[in-house]
Amino acid sequence: MREAIFLGAGMPKSGSVILDQKAIGRALARIAHEILERNGSAKNLALVGIRSRGAYLAERLSKLIEEIEKSKVPVGYLDITLYRDDIQTKLEQPVIQKTELMFDVVDKVMVLVDDVLFTGRTIRAALDEIIDFGRPKAIQLAVLIDRGNRELPIRADYVGKNLTTTLREEVVVKLVEVDGEDSVAVVTKNKVRHALKK
Amino acid sequence: MPLRSKHLLGLEGMSKEEITLILDTAETFREVLERPIKKVPTLRAVTVVNLFYEASTRTRISFELAEKRLSADSVNFSTDASSVKKGETLKDTVRNLAAMKIDMVVIRHRSAGAPHFLTRFLDASVINAGDGAHEHPTQALLDMYTLRKKYGKLKDLRVVIVGDISHSRVARSNIWGLKTMGAEVAICGPTTLLPWEVEKMGVEASYNLDEALNGTDVVMALRIQQERLQSNYFPSLREYSQLFGITKERLKLLNKNFTIMHPGPINRGVEISDEVADGPYSVILDQVTNGVAVRMAVLYLLRGGEGKFEESG
Repeated sequence: MREAIFLGAGMPKSGSVILDQKAIGRALARIAHEILERNGSAKNLALVGIRSRGAYLAERLSKLIEEIEKSKVPVGYLDITLYRDDIQTKLEQPVIQKTELMFDVVDKVMVLVDDVLFTGRTIRAALDEIIDFGRPKAIQLAVLIDRGNRELPIRADYVGKNLTTTLREEVVVKLVEVDGEDSVAVVTKNKVRHALKK
Repeated sequence: MPLRSKHLLGLEGMSKEEITLILDTAETFREVLERPIKKVPTLRAVTVVNLFYEASTRTRISFELAEKRLSADSVNFSTDASSVKKGETLKDTVRNLAAMKIDMVVIRHRSAGAPHFLTRFLDASVINAGDGAHEHPTQALLDMYTLRKKYGKLKDLRVVIVGDISHSRVARSNIWGLKTMGAEVAICGPTTLLPWEVEKMGVEASYNLDEALNGTDVVMALRIQQERLQSNYFPSLREYSQLFGITKERLKLLNKNFTIMHPGPINRGVEISDEVADGPYSVILDQVTNGVAVRMAVLYLLRGGEGKFEESG
């Protein structure tokens, strides 16, 4: 279906929208409940957002959990750049942001939060980085989109939406905090630049 | 925007954006140094040779720690324990090291231009850790980092560099860097130790310390380098310290919230008095801590390279 849209004449400018603002809100609310259901309570929990968009999602989840449980869940931030496995392949490096884990990692149940789960390499890097801070009781993974195409044996515990995608496609997540709107779209690769510019 | 060159030879000609990128990146590594495990796997596949043709404590150990904390493999080389003693030339030494597949060279040499010379026949990235009286870019970067952390900016700060400017690579790198970042730089010292036509670098030159210190935010005292002073540039150390030593009385001339810096090693009681060197306004030891973070940033960025950054979920 999606292919058909892209090959057709009336191609939508920013690809096909998979989730809009309401759908993203609902998905996050469900994930918040699932996290609580699985862990029993918000006690001993910590949310860790992977920069940049995972950080905003972690903050939203923390707020949602607080509304449900009336107790605060600490939020930390990871910039996994220094743990990437492709640093030697001479990619242009983005300006690294700080990793901030302002709480003790030891014996916490940490929920890693990211926008898109794809190859699994980012999560591998994040796991290594967290473990360098101490030994958490458990690490769980929450993602807004699981787009498949894994290159490592990693899976998410909480998923907003599963998508079947090809490698030629790109999942573009926009969040109000950085992009001015909430949406998830799938676009073919050469169209990505347009969608991002918009 | 990445750095334009794969070498760091000096701050002369480096843009404001490049310096800002290094200082911003150093901020991240400063945080790594506070972690329980002060080490990241970033440069696992990189081999660095530290080539020190001149004595050094701070710079050599600082580079070595920076390399270790980035998980690079590092090899140290000092002239006393090498074939340099047997008369091997710099070029031959370095070509032999290159044949052992190294990725980066950190070099300190008594001759200005030695690091530039290496870039002509080496594929590896070259970092200047001090070449003669020419430049010492990482020292100036860590000085700027330390000042930016304290004041939040470098623009419009008035910095006075005091002492032997002629023989100082630290002064030269700081003048280039600070001017690029918009600071006001003045130099002060005995007439014999200020270079000719130094005003052409855009700095104010003065022989009277009290006048120079008026309205100043930052004083950078330089070491009297007795090993480099072959003839008598001033009558005595005692006279020097009376005319150009940073003493407690002189601090009254400075702006509020002033800072005292020194690149080390200190000749206590000559260019700086004990109580000033150890005062609460002195950032001499912060400079040392920040040095590791700044050098990590430089090592990291020089391995960044060109190409396009891709998302990998």
